[in-house]
Amino acid sequence: MEIRKYSSLTVISDPVVLMVKIRTVLKSWIQSDFLYRFVHSPVALCSSAMVLLCLGAALFAPWIAPFNPFDLATLELSDARLPPMGMQGADVKYLLGTDDQGRDILSALMYGSRISLLIGLVSVILSVMIGMSLGLISGYVGGRIDSLVMRICDVMLSFPAILLALLISGVGRALFPQQSDLVAFAVLILSISLSGWVQYARTVRSSTLVEREKEYVQAARIAGVSGSRIMRLHVLPNVLGPVVVLATVQVATAIITEATLSFLGVGAPPTSPSLGTLIRVGNDYLFSGEWWISIFPGLMLVLISVSINLFGDWLRDALNPRLS
Amino acid sequence: MTKLNHLNHSNSKIIKSLKSVKVLSGFLIALCSIHFAFHSDPAQAVTFKVANQGDALSMDPHSLNESLQLMVNSQVYEALVMRDKDFKLAPGLATTWKQSSPSVWHFDLRKNVKFHDGTPFTADDVIFSFERARGEGSDVKAYVGQIKEIKKINDYSIDIITNAPFPILPELITQWFIMSKKWCEDNSATKPVDRRKGIENAASFKANGTGPFRVRERQPGVRTVFARYGQYWGEFTGNVDEVIYNVIGNDATRVAALLSGEIDMMEPVPVQDVDRIKATPKLKVLQGPELRIVFLGMDQKRDELLYSNVKGKNPFKDKRVRQAFYQAIDIDTIKNRVMRGASTPTALMIPPQDRGYPAELAKRLPYDPEAAKRLLTDAGYPSGFEVKMNCPNDRYVNDAEICQAVAANLAKVGVKINLEAETKGTYFPKILSRNTSFYMLGWTASTVDAHNVLYPILSSPGEGGRGQYNLGAYSNPRIDELTEKVQSETDDKKRNEFIKEAMKIHQDDIGHIPLHQQALNWGVKSNIDMLQFPDNFTQWRYVNIRP
Repeated sequence: MEIRKYSSLTVISDPVVLMVKIRTVLKSWIQSDFLYRFVHSPVALCSSAMVLLCLGAALFAPWIAPFNPFDLATLELSDARLPPMGMQGADVKYLLGTDDQGRDILSALMYGSRISLLIGLVSVILSVMIGMSLGLISGYVGGRIDSLVMRICDVMLSFPAILLALLISGVGRALFPQQSDLVAFAVLILSISLSGWVQYARTVRSSTLVEREKEYVQAARIAGVSGSRIMRLHVLPNVLGPVVVLATVQVATAIITEATLSFLGVGAPPTSPSLGTLIRVGNDYLFSGEWWISIFPGLMLVLISVSINLFGDWLRDALNPRLS
Repeated sequence: MTKLNHLNHSNSKIIKSLKSVKVLSGFLIALCSIHFAFHSDPAQAVTFKVANQGDALSMDPHSLNESLQLMVNSQVYEALVMRDKDFKLAPGLATTWKQSSPSVWHFDLRKNVKFHDGTPFTADDVIFSFERARGEGSDVKAYVGQIKEIKKINDYSIDIITNAPFPILPELITQWFIMSKKWCEDNSATKPVDRRKGIENAASFKANGTGPFRVRERQPGVRTVFARYGQYWGEFTGNVDEVIYNVIGNDATRVAALLSGEIDMMEPVPVQDVDRIKATPKLKVLQGPELRIVFLGMDQKRDELLYSNVKGKNPFKDKRVRQAFYQAIDIDTIKNRVMRGASTPTALMIPPQDRGYPAELAKRLPYDPEAAKRLLTDAGYPSGFEVKMNCPNDRYVNDAEICQAVAANLAKVGVKINLEAETKGTYFPKILSRNTSFYMLGWTASTVDAHNVLYPILSSPGEGGRGQYNLGAYSNPRIDELTEKVQSETDDKKRNEFIKEAMKIHQDDIGHIPLHQQALNWGVKSNIDMLQFPDNFTQWRYVNIRP
């Protein structure tokens, strides 16, 4: 049964089969408990709406943001440090006020969360890929490889993730001193994902250990299917559940890690500031009472990470058969 | 009003949280003092804790000609001629001096002065320091560049022979510091530390001068501890036994450290926090004009810029491009917004306090982006071009913010600036090796005389420290000629005419783009008396901490 179900993924190339497949998937999706629970959970609805809102604002920033804060030619220095609407001296043009260079905070938020979300998503995908493959191999193959990978995990876990990320980005900067934005982003993403893969490796390993002993895997093995194929097509789909949940929650963590690195000045390049960079810039003006430069990016960060976390929590409960 | 209320509200919260920090630190201090009461003599050591946005890059007084570096070095090392409390020339390691003939200065040296390691100070140390300061790797060549040789008459008198008649020699050598020959030889530090080539030696971390303080502990970029030198020969009116010099790069953190009482004095106060510190009881802000002029320089020597998308030619060689840059910068808005009024836009490379200031030239070209665009079009860049700009972010007041504003101004006339703002530890070695196309620099004429700008900044780079800080290699032979005349002219009226002519030529050429004169803002506890010098120097020996 299991073998048939998942190896049918390989016949996707036929368009008719594909259509039928999509229809059945959609149908089972609409009739599933999952969707029912989703529609009937206010937490899930609210948090996913928030996530979508942030995603939308970030994705469509170039079209919906009132200004492009990183186009230097449009900046008006004479509009610097204007307070948000409702305060004395505010300008209608700038809903949430402006920063020290006259950038519109609202637009900066949209562009900033674009970078934060992008870095968060990409680094989580990367760490899922690293962690999942290592976890699968170590769980399935076992033996020395297993102990080796798990000891590496133990070592990694004994450091705080942020320290590891700092270390990796420091080394990365030393290796690639020419400060091109692309390199800076690559180093940043690499440092976050290399400090976050351990949890996936552990999760996947433990599920793999269970799946490895099940009949369908043994049947496949007897049928002469190669180890790597068993891992990819048989074990992997059955251990994906917890990974999806973990990854969702980890997106928020990755975004916060990125913000922390940027706040410390080793993250996103100043020419394309993320939320953390914006908070850092505003930090210099907290004492002088210009709170809006750092508070709004901070709120945005809280909003994004809280709604992603809530959604992840709900997802964990919804996918857990013991909790229904 | 709403804004004010908001301000007070958020401030009171911060104050509350700070108060708890204060209580805690108070408790700790109490603990420490108990500790002291048991372990030290009854007369308690007075510690003065200062914080600055940057560190001296080295303890070697010949390694970098930069005000902060020299200020820190001047606590440990001393010059033959120094400045007194009124910023007038005063005897230092030399007791008297006179010009015995037009190009010979006779100096009598101070007797019974000992270096911190106990070696007596003699004429040999002066001659050694001269060779060291003019030798390879030195960054203070400009101070001794006009000296041909130093003749030792006996251990305590020397003749300084200059290349040409040189009436302003005493002014110029106030920041040429004397090191011990024996100590340098013992520590293999006979050549200066050269940051550009990454050469370090013992003099970078240790120090042995004749000054009022000795270096007790040095952690580069973090903190340096100085202890009072008991056998100091000179006037020491303060009561400070120990100075802890901290480096706190972040503006907000530095302000917080002062507000919480963790430090006694910090500099510079970020312009946005001046009012807040003034309003805090137990704190005050010492303000005054600073001699420093902040300006922008452009590479006018290379045939192709190192960092630009224009290939095969150098746009900055064209005066129209330089003028376009000048007129594109909205200096008044920078003053009002970035500097919050704490700057004076300037048209000249010297401040009004300097000897020879030509007041009639003090008129900036108007801010005019349209004219700038036209000039760029005439020069063959109708759609602008791209160039990298180098900028420090912890040296001058709001330096990186000024550069950002300049970049935004230039973007409006089509010039795309790739801004690279970095800490001075990496910034200075980079631009001093002329590895830049467009840069920012601030200059304080330590002699309070136009010559100290003409010689190192406006003259063509050459021998003996000439044009050593003319990093874009702007060059006009007439200015070189006039600088030599200024150097040897004794008649003030004629001399001022030369200065004026040189300044006018430089202004017409737009050799550099002057921005503004900074203001000094020091945040100090109210129970501390100290002197503020217009070259932004602190003299710790005059610091008096009242209980």
